Amino acid sequence: MQTAYLLLIPLIPLLVFLVLGIFNKRIKPAVSGYIGVAGLAAATMLSCFAAFQYFFVADKVNGAYQTFIQKTAWMQFTDTLQVDMGIFIDPISVMMLVVVSTISLMVHIYSRGYMKGDAGYTKFFAFLSLFTFSMYGLVLATNLFQIYIFWELVGVSSFLLIGYYYTKTSAVAAAKKAFIVTRFADFGFLVGILIIGYYTGTFDFEALNNPAGSAIQNWAFTSTFMGLSAITWALILIFMGGAGKSAMFPLHIWLPDAMEGPTPVSALIHAATMVVAGVYLVARLFPMFLFVDDGFVLQVVAYVGAFSSLFAAVIALTQTDIKRVLAFSTMSQIGYMMMALGVSGFDGHEGVGYMASMFHLFTHAMFKALLFLGAGAVIHAVHSNYLQDMGGLRKYMPVTNFTFLVAALAIAGVPPLAGFWSKDEILVAAYENSPLLYGIGVVVAGLTAFYMFRLYFGIFWGKNTRYAHTPHEAPLSMTIPLVLLAFFTSVVGFIPFSRFVTADKMGFEAHLNYPLAAIAVAVGAAGILLAWLFYKTENDLSDRFAHAFGSLYLWTSHKFYFDELYLFITRNIIFRYISAPIAFFDKKFVDGTMEGIGNKTVLLSRKIMSVQSGKVQDYAFGFIGGVVLLAAVFIYLWTF
Amino acid sequence: MDLNSFFLMRHELLLLVIILLFVTAEIVIPRKKKGSTVHLAILLFGLHTALGFLTLEESSLFGGMFRTNSLIHFFKNVLNIGVLILLLQSADWLQKKIEKQNRGTEFFTLLFCSLLGMYFMISAGDFLMFYIGLELSTLPVAALAAYEIMKRKSSEAGIKLIFSAGLASGVSLFGISMLYATTGSIYFQDVIQVITTTNLTVLGFVLFFAGLAFKISLVPFHFWTADVYEGAPISVASYLSVISKGAAAFILMILLFTVLKPLMQVWENLIYVLALATMFTGNLFALRQHNMKRFLAFSSIAQAGFILLGLITGTQLGTATVVYFVMIYIFSNLAAFGVVQAISQKTGKENIVDYEGLYRTNPRLSLVMLLALFSLAGIPPVAGFFGKFFLFTAAASEGYYLLVFLAVVNVTISLYYYLLVVRAIFLRRGDNPVPHFSNQLYMRLGLAFTVIGILVLGLYSPLYDYIYELSGVFN
Repeated sequence: MQTAYLLLIPLIPLLVFLVLGIFNKRIKPAVSGYIGVAGLAAATMLSCFAAFQYFFVADKVNGAYQTFIQKTAWMQFTDTLQVDMGIFIDPISVMMLVVVSTISLMVHIYSRGYMKGDAGYTKFFAFLSLFTFSMYGLVLATNLFQIYIFWELVGVSSFLLIGYYYTKTSAVAAAKKAFIVTRFADFGFLVGILIIGYYTGTFDFEALNNPAGSAIQNWAFTSTFMGLSAITWALILIFMGGAGKSAMFPLHIWLPDAMEGPTPVSALIHAATMVVAGVYLVARLFPMFLFVDDGFVLQVVAYVGAFSSLFAAVIALTQTDIKRVLAFSTMSQIGYMMMALGVSGFDGHEGVGYMASMFHLFTHAMFKALLFLGAGAVIHAVHSNYLQDMGGLRKYMPVTNFTFLVAALAIAGVPPLAGFWSKDEILVAAYENSPLLYGIGVVVAGLTAFYMFRLYFGIFWGKNTRYAHTPHEAPLSMTIPLVLLAFFTSVVGFIPFSRFVTADKMGFEAHLNYPLAAIAVAVGAAGILLAWLFYKTENDLSDRFAHAFGSLYLWTSHKFYFDELYLFITRNIIFRYISAPIAFFDKKFVDGTMEGIGNKTVLLSRKIMSVQSGKVQDYAFGFIGGVVLLAAVFIYLWTF
Repeated sequence: MDLNSFFLMRHELLLLVIILLFVTAEIVIPRKKKGSTVHLAILLFGLHTALGFLTLEESSLFGGMFRTNSLIHFFKNVLNIGVLILLLQSADWLQKKIEKQNRGTEFFTLLFCSLLGMYFMISAGDFLMFYIGLELSTLPVAALAAYEIMKRKSSEAGIKLIFSAGLASGVSLFGISMLYATTGSIYFQDVIQVITTTNLTVLGFVLFFAGLAFKISLVPFHFWTADVYEGAPISVASYLSVISKGAAAFILMILLFTVLKPLMQVWENLIYVLALATMFTGNLFALRQHNMKRFLAFSSIAQAGFILLGLITGTQLGTATVVYFVMIYIFSNLAAFGVVQAISQKTGKENIVDYEGLYRTNPRLSLVMLLALFSLAGIPPVAGFFGKFFLFTAAASEGYYLLVFLAVVNVTISLYYYLLVVRAIFLRRGDNPVPHFSNQLYMRLGLAFTVIGILVLGLYSPLYDYIYELSGVFN
């Protein structure tokens, strides 16, 4: 398979970013929008072409999809340890290319309408392109170091986009929070990478993932710490990085706040692409996670995922900011993906969890982006994020209403929409592995259906709110992506994913497990029904229910006070007892010394000024004096 | 000697033709049309520069008095490019001077004469040729420094330069005579055979060294620098700090690495001491300057101190790094002086305070200045960083750790004052900023060349490899 042209996929958005960034003010907003969309359209076409080539044209070897790597050495650390830059083509990276391209293209088109009239229009598109470039780089990375570089670039572009409305203090705070929390997690990631590099002598995915390779075979012979091998620790730390980006408990606190960014950004970064980077990372290193320490870390992944999934779903029940509901829903669904990865095996049907996770990543990207973009259209129309300011919007916004409904049904797992198929596979995987995880999965499915329809009914049905300005359907540039995504959401579930994306790259035939599917659908339907009862028309059922739960309701709506807990720890413990003394030392001793040296230097400089008198005779004296002195010194030195 | 070997002196001969052309032009061209000689000068010198790139054999003439090799040839080309940029940058100013004050073409004649002197100096194969080159390169510049006859400061600069230069060359000549006395020859190839460290040779060497140290403005032979730079026209100050210093550093390196190599034990210590004195003095004085030209004068003294770090090694790596650094220094300083020139000729402002708020009114000029200052300060990834980095590497690889450490301290100090200017330009608003203006074509070209030079030198690594390869000729 030809891979050279694939380089264009990341390079096009990079070029767009450079053009838009450099000629920022000189490009008319309308033009910059077109440039952005055109660039992404080209990248999308290439990605789709690549996917077609890879899955249908390129030859398989022994029934398995091959891995194509094109790379050049970039940095040589030691004789054996080097960092390459290149592209890595295998089923999941090709799949991710398609996901990133599709969603990013939709978001680009959508943003032309959503961001219209904004002062930083061109800048916005430049940032979007930067993000897309970074995401492509992350997806195509050939080694841990490269993925880390793009990982950070993605973090930076996410920071820029969350803080896009930089005049809003809350947006600035959110951007900082997201950056700091993920940076904190990335510190773990980096340490993990270094440990891997130290013990295995390579950063290369291909070498690391080889089940017969030394990295996997020799994990037990590395030094141990607290009963775990170094490689195990490295994987835990790497997963920490992934958990930070993917907003897994307890590093999830940045995601709800990140909703301060423009809604298209939330759709692109905080729903479909960047936040699944953690899942992608685990999938990328899946053989390592699976075989090292007999899958110990994978167990951690599974339970963290399952817990996050449940935790987020519960919080989502009570949120009133529609974007926050979606944010917690995203966290919950990513938890699902992690859980599926965590319960997966390697060969054939044992790898159903891996396949399901990737499948869900794929479908979730479509319908969650659709939900966000729909929410954006709603926010655009009513100028509020809060459920209490909405209601009865179906009459004003028919297209948004319909597409949102499709997405809500999909995420609730109603057949034949996309979410049903992928969720079913996840539940199958969990069922075959652990009853507890399966139970959590089912509960989460019910909760998901409930809060999603609470959202849907709250926005489009419910009370007939009087609006100051009559809401209007969004412009064409915004509804076209909605319709397209709704179309994708309806059909992508029929893709026989298990033939293409599997852990062993061989493909297998997945079959619908009817009893499990029936249970899932029933639970989902129950959730929808309950939401219908509570929120379809205005009534006090939900309030009474909330009262019945009392303080539990309060805890949930405050997100279990996790933000407060973190604030308490950072402010009252870390800042007061660690940072303050260090700052004192720094100011008094370090800065004091430095400033002292600086002041002394300036003083000295002032003092010696008088030597430069301006008189030639003085200069001549200095000249001759210098020669004589030097000559004397050196002759003296050399006669002895 | 046949005609072919005569053409080894192609650079010198061509330049001589140009000089004679200008002498003729002075007589032939009527007064009112003298302004157009600026174009002529740029055209002719541009041609000369281009022709310089033709390949040249490696050989010597006149029984070894004149020699050339690939590195010398290369460096002559570098000097040519520098002078061409200088001509471009000063074209508008000169044209105005010539037209308004009814001046002749002496500026070009003098400038080219001085350059001719440098050619001879760096191609010298014996002390006599070297001395003639040295004189020929210095004396015309003294006249140039006094070019602005209506200004007192300019005359003062000329007088100070000629006195100081006279003293320096006298001392140097005295030193040469002592070397001759001990070795019995003035030919480098003979001297190298017999020279040893005796008291008289050490004395002779130190005296001789002072003459070149004067040109590179090493401490304590630097006193003239600031006064002359401040008083002389900017083009002349630029020429002194860039071309003159570059050529002198180059010939000093050649002499130390070849003829005076047997004295290495002496000169490495001498250079050690002078490097420290020069860096510290230059930097400490630069800290408190208000006038841009004085500021650049002291900055160039400090830079000379850094050059010494490469000289101290006496290796091929040292040669390569010195040539590389000098090239970067030439482009960076030309860029800085070019901006000062551009602003001065439009507004007459030359103080750092006047630069406040420059970025708001003249962003492009500010960016050129930023690049130049960053390069001088050695901030990555600009060329100057690599220049310094390689110099330090060369010195460290010979074991001069303390010296390198102190040099790094000096880089830190220099960073402070370079950034002061950057701050004035970019961060300060200024009560009375320089109004927006646009430059003439020549000035733009002149600045563009410097920017390209800085970028290419910093980012295009094969160039360094090429220089390194050339540097093999002395080892």
